[in-house]
Amino acid sequence: MSTTTARGSKAKSVVTELPRSTVGPVFERRVRGDGVSLAITERGRHGAPTVLLVHGYPDSQAVWEKVARKLAERYHVVTYDVRGAGRSEAPTEKNGYSLAHLSRDLRAVIEAVSPGKPVHLVGHDWGSIHSWESVTDPSFEPLLASFTSISGPCLDHVGEKLRSTFGAHAELGPALRQASKSWYVFAFHLPLLAPFAWRAGLAKAIPALLGRSEGVPPNEERETTRARDGLNGIALYRENIFQRVLSPRARKTRVPVQMIAPEGDDYVSPWLSADIDAQVPNVHRRVVRGGHWIPLSQPERVARWVDEMVTHVEKGESNPAFARLRGTGKRRKLVLVTGGASGIGRETCFTFAKQGHDIVIADRDSEGAERTRDLCERLGVRATAYTVDVSDERSMTTFAETSLANDGVPDVLVLNAGIGMAGTFFDTSVADWKRVLGVNVWGIIFGARLFGQAMKDRGEGGHVIVTASAAAYTPGKTLSAYATSKSTALMLAECLRAELAEEGIGVSAICPGIIDTPITRNSSFLGADSATEAAQREAAQRLYRLRGVGPHVVAEAIVRAVEENTPVVPVTVEAHVLRFLSRFAPDVLRKAGSMSLSSKLTKSEKV
Amino acid sequence: MIDEGLLGAHRSVQKLAYACAEEVGASLEVGVTEREAARRMRQWLEARGVDDWFHLPFAWFGERTAFEGLSSPLDFFPSDKKLARGMPFILDCAPVKNGVAADIGFTSALGPCPVIDKMKDDLLAHRSLIVDLVNQGVDLARVYAAVDALAEKQGYRNRHSKYPLGVLAHKVELTKKAPRRTLLGFGLPSLRSLGESVIHGVRTRTSPFWSGGAMSRHPATPGLWAVEPHLGFHGYGAKFEELLVVSEAGARWLDDDLPHTRGRVTSRASEVAA
Repeated sequence: MSTTTARGSKAKSVVTELPRSTVGPVFERRVRGDGVSLAITERGRHGAPTVLLVHGYPDSQAVWEKVARKLAERYHVVTYDVRGAGRSEAPTEKNGYSLAHLSRDLRAVIEAVSPGKPVHLVGHDWGSIHSWESVTDPSFEPLLASFTSISGPCLDHVGEKLRSTFGAHAELGPALRQASKSWYVFAFHLPLLAPFAWRAGLAKAIPALLGRSEGVPPNEERETTRARDGLNGIALYRENIFQRVLSPRARKTRVPVQMIAPEGDDYVSPWLSADIDAQVPNVHRRVVRGGHWIPLSQPERVARWVDEMVTHVEKGESNPAFARLRGTGKRRKLVLVTGGASGIGRETCFTFAKQGHDIVIADRDSEGAERTRDLCERLGVRATAYTVDVSDERSMTTFAETSLANDGVPDVLVLNAGIGMAGTFFDTSVADWKRVLGVNVWGIIFGARLFGQAMKDRGEGGHVIVTASAAAYTPGKTLSAYATSKSTALMLAECLRAELAEEGIGVSAICPGIIDTPITRNSSFLGADSATEAAQREAAQRLYRLRGVGPHVVAEAIVRAVEENTPVVPVTVEAHVLRFLSRFAPDVLRKAGSMSLSSKLTKSEKV
Repeated sequence: MIDEGLLGAHRSVQKLAYACAEEVGASLEVGVTEREAARRMRQWLEARGVDDWFHLPFAWFGERTAFEGLSSPLDFFPSDKKLARGMPFILDCAPVKNGVAADIGFTSALGPCPVIDKMKDDLLAHRSLIVDLVNQGVDLARVYAAVDALAEKQGYRNRHSKYPLGVLAHKVELTKKAPRRTLLGFGLPSLRSLGESVIHGVRTRTSPFWSGGAMSRHPATPGLWAVEPHLGFHGYGAKFEELLVVSEAGARWLDDDLPHTRGRVTSRASEVAA
């Protein structure tokens, strides 16, 4: 192990043009911390708000390279090597890695790089853990504009959480799962083992580990000090974890905090950042897709999330998407529903709104959509209504552009708009075909293209619901066009599901069955004069009403499908029976389908 | 023909019942139970000369106003459910004074409740729709269906279908002075007179109960109908109940000056139903 710099060197600025930089000069200098000299890098716009990035273990400031470069387009960005890591000095005294020392280093850095002006602090892993020590220290409040914590909880909060958990036995499962992720913490406390591992070449395994578990390509520069970083930093664990976790102090802060919790984190589970509103009243929490090293695997997104936090604090405004992240309890989602002015779509809006999720309603019927919006807002959520023809590409494109900009990217996309049409193939005109396929098929294609793409790009997962029908797997001569459109919808959902799985976006096709909704009242009954059509419509309505299953039953099934990511959801008993028959006794269905259901109905009802 | 003096008597009992609901409603505080609210209504009315009941007072709080989670008929009776801030409540009572009956339903909430405000506004459209259609001589089953369609258009579910026999309304007949006895909360004399109406109805193929089924495929028969459209919306329920006067000359509400009509935006049924 070698320490490359002399202790006590004066803090002076050295301008160095580094070839890797694309956004202007990078300034490197040294700042005297709490008895050690720290290596600091500054870049970006002078006079802009300062964003200070603190790395974790076993990393150096090199872990921030891509994030810092991106943020430097808008901010004054500072990174530094914490004591014992990278090109900073290592302490020699006992307890040199305690949180108190690290906190005093941080204060020295802030005062040097942003005198008199609070900084936006961002910490990853141990950088976040030790930043919490400062964030929850009242004397730090004037120095901090905000704090973004990535995969590094406050150890005192963890201690409190474990206490209440083991006291109540309520969340034992998540607590034990976290303990199993923390195996290395225990290992680091064993004498000899961890130091021996680092000396024996554990550092050489890190690039492969990052490549395998996080998809991060190797980078020479990041590895230059890895062995030393790993060895020195063992003390971070030994001097802090059990001390804090076993006797937690009450630590609160008024500093605005953003918690970023990657779902696939192998070391810190999102459970650790949940339900800490009491300690951190001004908190936003973002559960994201990805693993522990998201500053390496998703630098653009991390930069965007930090930017959103800084914008929120600096401008005092936040976009609705950021506002939904408020609090660390249950995640507040954005649910977009096409065909939300009536029937299943409307009840879906209400059911999600009742659970506290924001709603976007799209429908041709502007009056009905407006009423859905009004009632959703009265349930206490944000709701927006748009007049849209889902079968029209231009209408959908305009809608998507406006809604994505004003409401944010949907977490749940419910492609539900549909029209009914009863009639044989030869009763169905080309215009009828275009109408039913336009809404029931193209509406889904446009919706999935526009909003599905935005969900994919955002990278935070989500769910797509396609309202198909039991008719999707029930062949027959009386619902020719409708059944064809719905089976297309079902297959579209299945294909999308296969494609979006790796994006963490689930897809479900809902097959309701006989549900009493306005679609029966508004359906066309082809091949009949208007009087017969009216009689058929009334007969169908009566059958549907008699069945007595309302759209709220389907809405509840949709909510469950999102929770459980069910691929195909038959809702009513008949939908289940038909699905079973379509798979195991298709000839029975074919036979039944060749009989004329609607004319029989009309006759029997007339009696 | 119903004579005006008798209508006046019904009107004043109806006013008394609404005054009771308003006053008891205003007295409800956090933590009070449905049972306690019903008891207050009973005492309030008995102190003002009510000597018999078409039915004893009901009170529903919270999601029970929308009849959610009610499985057996006994679940409709006042329970130990406690009132909390922002919670909707419905008070329903049917006092008889000197043989003259009223049957009312009153909806409110403890503190501000934007959903209930909207539902109460929307109920007025039902109020206009019902009297308009009855006046046109539309058969009761069709009026029932029209109320259903309007509720659906408004975004609500029909909850009167949860009442005994699923009725939107029932007839209120004069009751003779009789010993005060109740069966499951319903006054025995009133039950007897309803029973007589049923028997009469069987002969004339009319029904004293107004539902959506075959027994109501006839225009409203002359007399007093207690009409109670009841809307449900995701944990919130709202209703009114008042007497509709049906005579050969047509139908009209017994009284237009009631808590739910005062100072409210009257949206005409035709506008919403258009």
